[in-house]
This record gives sequence, C-alpha cells and structure tokens, in this order.
Amino acid sequence: MTKKIKNLNLNFGPQHPAAHGVLRLILELDGEVVEKADPHIGLLHRGTEKLIENKTYMQAVPYFDRLDYVAPMNQEHAFALAIEKILNIDVPIRAQYIRVMFCEIGRILSHILNVTTQALDVGALTPSLWGFEERETLMTFYERASGSRLHANYFRAGGVHQDLPAGLEKDIAKFCETFPKIINDLENLLTDNRIFKQRNVDIGVVTKDDALDYSFSGVMIRGSGIPWDLRKSQPYDCYDQLEFKIPVGKNGDCYDRYLCRIEEMKESVSIIKQCLARMEKGPIKTFDGKISPPSKAEIKQSMEALIHHFKLFTEGYRVPKDEIYTAVEAPKGEFGVYLISDGSSKPYKCKIRAPGFSHLQSMDYLIKGHMLADVPAVLGSLDIVFGEVDR
Amino acid sequence: MNNLIDLEKKINSELTTKINKSSIKHDQIYVEIDKEDLLDVVLFLKTNKDIKFRQLIDITVVDYPEETQRFKIVYLFLSHEFNHRMILSYFINENELISSLTSVFPSANWMEREVFDMYGVNFKNHPDLRRILTDYGFEGHPLRKDFPLTGHSEVRYSEEKKKVINEPVKLEQNYRNFDYESPWEGTKYIKEISETNDKKN
Repeated sequence: MTKKIKNLNLNFGPQHPAAHGVLRLILELDGEVVEKADPHIGLLHRGTEKLIENKTYMQAVPYFDRLDYVAPMNQEHAFALAIEKILNIDVPIRAQYIRVMFCEIGRILSHILNVTTQALDVGALTPSLWGFEERETLMTFYERASGSRLHANYFRAGGVHQDLPAGLEKDIAKFCETFPKIINDLENLLTDNRIFKQRNVDIGVVTKDDALDYSFSGVMIRGSGIPWDLRKSQPYDCYDQLEFKIPVGKNGDCYDRYLCRIEEMKESVSIIKQCLARMEKGPIKTFDGKISPPSKAEIKQSMEALIHHFKLFTEGYRVPKDEIYTAVEAPKGEFGVYLISDGSSKPYKCKIRAPGFSHLQSMDYLIKGHMLADVPAVLGSLDIVFGEVDR
Repeated sequence: MNNLIDLEKKINSELTTKINKSSIKHDQIYVEIDKEDLLDVVLFLKTNKDIKFRQLIDITVVDYPEETQRFKIVYLFLSHEFNHRMILSYFINENELISSLTSVFPSANWMEREVFDMYGVNFKNHPDLRRILTDYGFEGHPLRKDFPLTGHSEVRYSEEKKKVINEPVKLEQNYRNFDYESPWEGTKYIKEISETNDKKN
C-alpha cells in the first residue's frame, strides 16, 4: 500500500512574537523541514517616500525616525548628509562629534535589542531583562538631547537642532564606564551557553558570494568574512579621525553574527569615549542663515533673522537641482538615501534603501532545509525591523 | 581600477556605443544607457575584473509625467573591491516592458517587485512579479506623481457587515497644500545657479 504524503503549508505571523513585528511568513513544510519560505511584507507600509515628496526638507526628517525605530538618528544622518552634499555646506566639528556619538548610541540601542531578543527567541529570558535596562538609560540620553526618547528629529542639514544640555556629556561618559560590564554579563550568559550555541552555530550559513549576490550589508556581510564597513571605507563626518576596529566573522552563521554584534557594541563604546574626549565648545550648526534657523535672541534683534526664520519655517530652504545617493553604516547595514532635488524646497524623489529589505528577501535561501524551530533563530539574526522594511 | 576617472574611461572604451552619457559627481559615476543594452552592460560591470560591481544596491524609478519618456529606471551598484558606486539609468515610455535582472542578481527579485508595485513598470522574465508593499487587492501605483497623496480608498471595520471593508476616501477637509513659493519669488539665487549649471551640461 502506498501512502500519499502532502507538504504542509504553515502561516507564521503576522501576529507572532518571534516575527519581530508584522511579518507574515508562509512556510511549506515537509515534516518539520522547511522546503520554502515566502515572506509577505508591507503590513506596516505607510508610504514614507510619497509623504516625503510632499514635505519640505526639514519636515521630512521625522519620517526617518519612523523607519528603523530602534536606531532613529542613524537614518536622519543619511538624509542630512545627502542634503549637505548637494548644498555643499560644511558641518562644524562639534556637530560632527555629536552626530557620530548619537549614531553610536543608536548602534548600541539596536544591537542590544537584537542580541537580547534573539536570545529570547531561542529560549533565554534573562538577557532581555538586563539589556532593556541599558536601553532605557540610552533613550534618556536621546530624550535629554532632543526631547524625545525615540522619534528624535534631532539632526539637521548642516548640524544638529540644539546643543547638548549641561551635564549630559558627563553622564554619557559615566555610562561608558559601566556599560562594558553589562556586555560582559550578557556574554557570560550567552557566548558559551550550550543551548544558545546549539540553536545558533551552523544555522543560516551565508557564503561570501551569496552575501554579495543577495545585497547583504552590515553585520550580515561581515559575519560571512567580508571586511566591509562604510564608516571605514567611505567615511562620513568625523569617522576618519576616530580609531575603531571592524569585527569580522568566519563562518557566516547566526552565532558569528551574534559575536560581531557584541564586539561592535564594545567598539561603539570606545567611539563614544573618543568623541567625548575630543568634543570642544563651539557652534553646532552651520552659520548660513538661508539653511539653519537663527536663535530666538537674534530674531528679537535682527530684521533679517526674523525674515530668515519666517521663510525657513514656511517655504523651507531650496536645494539646487541634483541627483545623489548617500549611504551610512546603520546598525542593520547600509542605509541609503537616493535623493533627486529640482531646485524647489521639496524633494522631487527620495528613495530609501533599507538594509532589512534585502536581508529579509533572502529568507527563502537561508531557511531552506532547516527545521521549523530554526526560523525564529534565523529571523532573529537577520535583525529585521519592519519600520524600515515596509517604509 | 582605483580611480573613478580611469574607471569612466575603461567603461567608455569597452562598451563604446552602449554608453549614451557618463559623468562623475559626488564621488560617484553616473551612466546612461539604452534599455536594450541593460543585461549586456550589467553582466560586463559585474564580471569584468577591473570593475567588479558585485553588488546591486537598489532599483528605483523616477516619474516625470510631463515627459514623453515618462519613467527613468535607476540602478545603484557598489563595488567592494574598488570602493566605487555607480548610478546606471535609462528612460522608458509608460507601458514598456523591461528586462529583469534576477538572472544576474538574485536580490533584484524584490526590488523589481517593489518597482512594479509602486510604479507599474513591467518586467519580462521575472520569476514572481506580484505586488509587495501594498495591501492584497490594492489598485493603482502609489508613487506615480498622478496618484493622490490621500489615495483612493480607505479601510475600516464595518460593524454591520462584521468585516473589514474598503471605501472611497472621505475627507472632512480637503488636503491643503500651501504653495509658499508663489507669493514672493523667494530666494532666487539658488534657481539662478541651477539654471546656469544646466546650460553647462
């Protein structure tokens, strides 16, 4: 007698805690082995690119916070850099240090979230409890600088919105002293943990060639052994003056990517320390009154400042006709902005290149032949945030 | 090729007639080609040992509704080995079919699906051309310039029908798009600069 065997189709998400947001994954299973994965995305699509086309350059900044909402300022950075390159303006050195420092804080925020939730997905609860306490401290720094824990809206073309409040630098320095111990604690819990290793080693292996073909970037490409980091290879702002190392993986599996993230956090702490040490008092945005708004005191004194203020917050500044692609090394990989300006005060087109989009695309390739239980582990190590995938 | 100028020369001498225009700006190389040559050019860029644009960063479209050739298709490439970026583009008419890059770069799959979804550009030889970001059963192509910002339909849960329904958009107040540029001529200097730049090109 012959038995008919049929493959099982399984719906994973959109409401599943291990889907890291709103991912609907249709899995074709043969027993417990995944034969095919078809991610359905777009459940968080808000039409960011369309909205940006209808806003002035300054009004478009908050949309970038809402992309990868665990590391908001890194995205703003890409947009600010794109405008600065077209307008050809210089950013004061203090503003560069502030921006780089907050980008590295963003990187730690994102990596803590990823490392701990990945651990949660494979069965470890404690890391997330310890890690989220640190995230809370870091978000307080965000709040003190920008007024908001998550949606900062802090970076501007030509600098940052306002100077750091008194005492913040000292508190960040204090955090840099205590945080390495927390990383150590996390490592004690996970790095040599038998269960964590069983779930992650040799899972979701990416070869060098495939990492290139699938447009991987960030930790995903470094985990596979390609030493590529935009902060080193195409440095922006003051990254070329800072000293830091780029951790690179060997096997390209989930475990190597986890190790890369842990090491990157340590490097980020060292970058923050260097920024704090080199930061001197000075201007925090460009002096060009046609681009950055005047101070309140100036508005009361000078007619010209008043006019500038009025024009900047109604019409906005105009950006000459140009076409540019700028990318930054966001925590998740290469985050890019392809901007087309037409001489008016609104972008004609603003394409956002999110690293998560191409990472999630490879889900089918990564998971084929793995067991069902490996799906959350692989998904966790991809570091997906749906704000940026769906835009 | 460690130098962008050498790279531009190399591409122009190897591909000669296939390149319509090339320029270097913002440390990137901008190349315009014809629609028919896409696969040849991309294969050459990917495999030539002095160029090696091994990674496709993104595919996107720019919509110019008033032009006869409405869509500008843009491909962004990155060469890790030589640390260069390239922006490759060509123009097509509205309903024109273009070749898919999926056979050369597997990552083109979703990028082309997004382009299809957002602009309605069709690809030939694409393995799985479905909508990707918009809702199941969505109509229209949202990033076209003639698609309204508010969209055509809105979704709500209907208490009577006990299900989620689609309705035409009803706005309490019309969408207000203040044109701050018209009452005053504003900062003219930038416009003048951009116009003189245009003449140079």
